[in-house]
Amino acid sequence: MNEHTFKRYEDELNELKAKVLAMGGLVEKATKRSMNSLIKQDPNRAHKVINRDYAINDLEIEIDEMTRTMLALRQPAASDLRFIMTTIKIVTDLERMGDLAESIATHMLKTQEHPLTQITSLQTLSDLVLDQLTEALNGFAKGDPDIAIKCIESNDKVHDLYRNMQREYLTYMMEDPRQISAGLIAMNIGRNLERIAIHSVNIAQMVVYMVKGKDIRHIDTETAAAMISDDSE
Amino acid sequence: MNSETIENTIKIRNLKLWYDDFEALHGIDLDIQKGKVTAFIGPSGCGKSTFLRCLNRMNDRIPACRVEGEILLNGEDIYAPSVDVVQLRSYVGMVFQKPNPFPKSIYENIAYAPRIHGMVKDGPEMDELVETALKRASIWDEVKDKLQQPGTALSGGQQQRLCIARTIAVRPKVILMDEPCSALDPIATAKIEELMDELKEEFTIVIVTHNMQQAARVSDYTAYFYLGDLIEFNDTHTIFTAPANQKTEDYITGRFG
Repeated sequence: MNEHTFKRYEDELNELKAKVLAMGGLVEKATKRSMNSLIKQDPNRAHKVINRDYAINDLEIEIDEMTRTMLALRQPAASDLRFIMTTIKIVTDLERMGDLAESIATHMLKTQEHPLTQITSLQTLSDLVLDQLTEALNGFAKGDPDIAIKCIESNDKVHDLYRNMQREYLTYMMEDPRQISAGLIAMNIGRNLERIAIHSVNIAQMVVYMVKGKDIRHIDTETAAAMISDDSE
Repeated sequence: MNSETIENTIKIRNLKLWYDDFEALHGIDLDIQKGKVTAFIGPSGCGKSTFLRCLNRMNDRIPACRVEGEILLNGEDIYAPSVDVVQLRSYVGMVFQKPNPFPKSIYENIAYAPRIHGMVKDGPEMDELVETALKRASIWDEVKDKLQQPGTALSGGQQQRLCIARTIAVRPKVILMDEPCSALDPIATAKIEELMDELKEEFTIVIVTHNMQQAARVSDYTAYFYLGDLIEFNDTHTIFTAPANQKTEDYITGRFG
């Protein structure tokens, strides 16, 4: 695509994108770190996540301010409009994801008193959720709807893993009531991971809108994929 | 051909236009819908004003200009030899970039054309026609006490609304507007835009504008012209949110290469 004739507008759009990606990077790091704190039983990592959530929140405010100004001053249209709309929407998702990572870290700290004996299934779930988040952000960075669709398609698997994980911890809790506190913590962490996955899907759907101009929210994945491919005529 | 659905619809088929041996329009196909505002956008020299002026044969006045193809108004080719151009222009009125009231009174500006077309006689009937036209153009309240003053004494925005009143006085089917607000301030512009929104219920409006936001605000359909070609035509919402053509995209977003 050609550059804007008005160079400063071009710079602003690039800066906006860079900020969203920086925010995405922080969310990725927070999620990874909160899970590592659990896996490695390292409360320092959990504290870091909790103490650094402000940076994600600050970026949300900064990006909102930028998009507001650009809407008012530049009256963006077509792909620029879709890009800015996407930014406005996904920043909210990213901020929520930051909070969910913080919540995982808070729950991790509770495991100091109620240690989790089994974390394999949580780890499997978080690996997939992190891959999905990376795909959503890569899709946004590259403006690639195919990567975004991959992210959306992973969601069924996340859902299955989450259900299995719930069943597994329920079994532990039934077998040994002393495991209930730890089991509830695990359930909450699993729930947070599943929520993060949903936000990744939201981001990926907005990426498809940004690139293709087609709204695929609330449509099943197959129809969505078909919608994207038929306009490549 | 006279069915309700195509009434007032302008159908343009393979329209080509030359100025001497320069081909300014390369075969345009376009349907203009009744009761809607259609905007033509594109950079200077893209042919949009030339194209607009074909719709009521204003280009006839340019000696070196030659037109090929068909423009059907209510199913009739407006370039057919039998067409009375004066009659045609009463069906397809025009408002220009610079307000150009006649150097006559406000009243006479409106009454002149209906009189020569023999629409009504002078007297109460004419008074009523003048009042209705001025009311439809949302300028009645501002001029009702000074109808005998010269039209040229009004402000630019008022003059432009007077010209619109003059155009609608002969009850056209279509109103062509060539950059009607480019000489006006934002408030006068907003008044004209509001007026277009009201008038489109009764008239089909075609507007050429350099102001893309204006096209986005007032039109139902937008056509993007570039170097004598019609690049993309679609509903305005689609053109401004997700145009199909990369050239349209570049123009709409301000990327001119």
